[in-house]
Amino acid sequence: MGSKSDFENSLRTLFTRVFGESAELDSFRRLSGGASQETWALSGGSHEAILRRAPGGTSGARSSAAIGLPAEAKLISAAETAGVPVPKVLHILSPEDNIGDGFVMSWVKGETIARPILRNDEFDGARRALARQCGAALASIHTIPIETAPPELQSSDGLAQIAQYEDIYRSFEAPRPVFELALQWLKTNAPQPMDPVLVHGDFRLGNLMVDENGLVAVLDWELAHIGDPREDIAWICVNSWRFGQTENRVGGFGQLEDLLDAYNSSAGCSLSSTEIDWWEMLGTLKWGVMCMIMYEAFRSGADPSVERAAIGRRVSETEIDLINLLEAAHA
Amino acid sequence: MHDQPSVSELVQAVKSFIDETAGPNLTGHAAFHARVASNALATVLRDLEHRTANEAAEAARLISLLDASQSDDLASLNARLSEKIRSGELTSETPGLLEHLKATTIAQVEIDQPRYSGLRTAKS
Repeated sequence: MGSKSDFENSLRTLFTRVFGESAELDSFRRLSGGASQETWALSGGSHEAILRRAPGGTSGARSSAAIGLPAEAKLISAAETAGVPVPKVLHILSPEDNIGDGFVMSWVKGETIARPILRNDEFDGARRALARQCGAALASIHTIPIETAPPELQSSDGLAQIAQYEDIYRSFEAPRPVFELALQWLKTNAPQPMDPVLVHGDFRLGNLMVDENGLVAVLDWELAHIGDPREDIAWICVNSWRFGQTENRVGGFGQLEDLLDAYNSSAGCSLSSTEIDWWEMLGTLKWGVMCMIMYEAFRSGADPSVERAAIGRRVSETEIDLINLLEAAHA
Repeated sequence: MHDQPSVSELVQAVKSFIDETAGPNLTGHAAFHARVASNALATVLRDLEHRTANEAAEAARLISLLDASQSDDLASLNARLSEKIRSGELTSETPGLLEHLKATTIAQVEIDQPRYSGLRTAKS
């Protein structure tokens, strides 16, 4: 991609394209965030927006699981139509924008970082409301008509995910007896699949915008796929996503019964907390394999950072969680 | 070979340098990586102190669980355990298996992430 000033000029043009000829970009800054996407805050006059684009303004490159930014933008619009709280997509980047793949969305105010949401007094009310709000939001996500979803979305139910993550785990040739036992237990105890729905795929603190009243927007749709609705409900229950507040099964802030109560009354079904257990075990195993993948980036030399090295010593966190879940399943 | 300073003393000295001198002079992403580096060195110190005893206890449990020979090394014992679980010969119902895996994993997390919430749950 071109020079820094090329980028700035492109942003200025983009800003007027989105907000009209009279709008002028005053400032832009990169927000902290993932290596897989760049997030920029743009503002000028009374206008504010968020730009999500591919790293370095590339185009087309994406990991196998992620749906890509143009598809993510279409999906966020479909989610809005279904009543899910999401940012408003204002513009999908085209080649003439000259800043790669991505989209511009409204700037939703709030907090995404788990620790303040779980600890600070200002989020007291949010924490009390959040489990039910998450249940209602998930019910809305799962009503997005599959036929309106972008064609990039893959289909992946519970057994397909076991096979996918088992393959990755085996490719590292580093046997872990706890993972073996979890894989066997999951295969032996697999539930009947439910009717497939559109699954967010990464619904947890970090990807939820929260203010003092609770949930304001569901973000980061890049892992969306067609799958089992229980996957989304269980993912936010995985102990790693409780950020130390392990007594609160939903995200470290709430109780699963409250989430399910709101989910069931919105979705017109009757899921019970025991139906989430199998999926929480699967989610925990998946996170363990994801930690192995991140460590593999270090081991292979692709990313020599100390952070990628150290994450290999977090795989055991998911092993102790799996042991706890296996013990509970046999209690 | 000389042992003054010992490996542990050297690691502790580098960790102190990161915590007290280098880290406070860093900002942003580099400061974050300094904290990760310091935590990694804390893991190294715990690993140096406990690995020998942990692995001896783990091997003794595996030899009993698998009815294996005293001369088998830990890697081959764990490979055999993994294979027996994968084939379904050993399951979560097998007496002693969950207990062994729990003891091994608790010892591992106490080295890797001793403040992890799941460790408290396992020990309660």
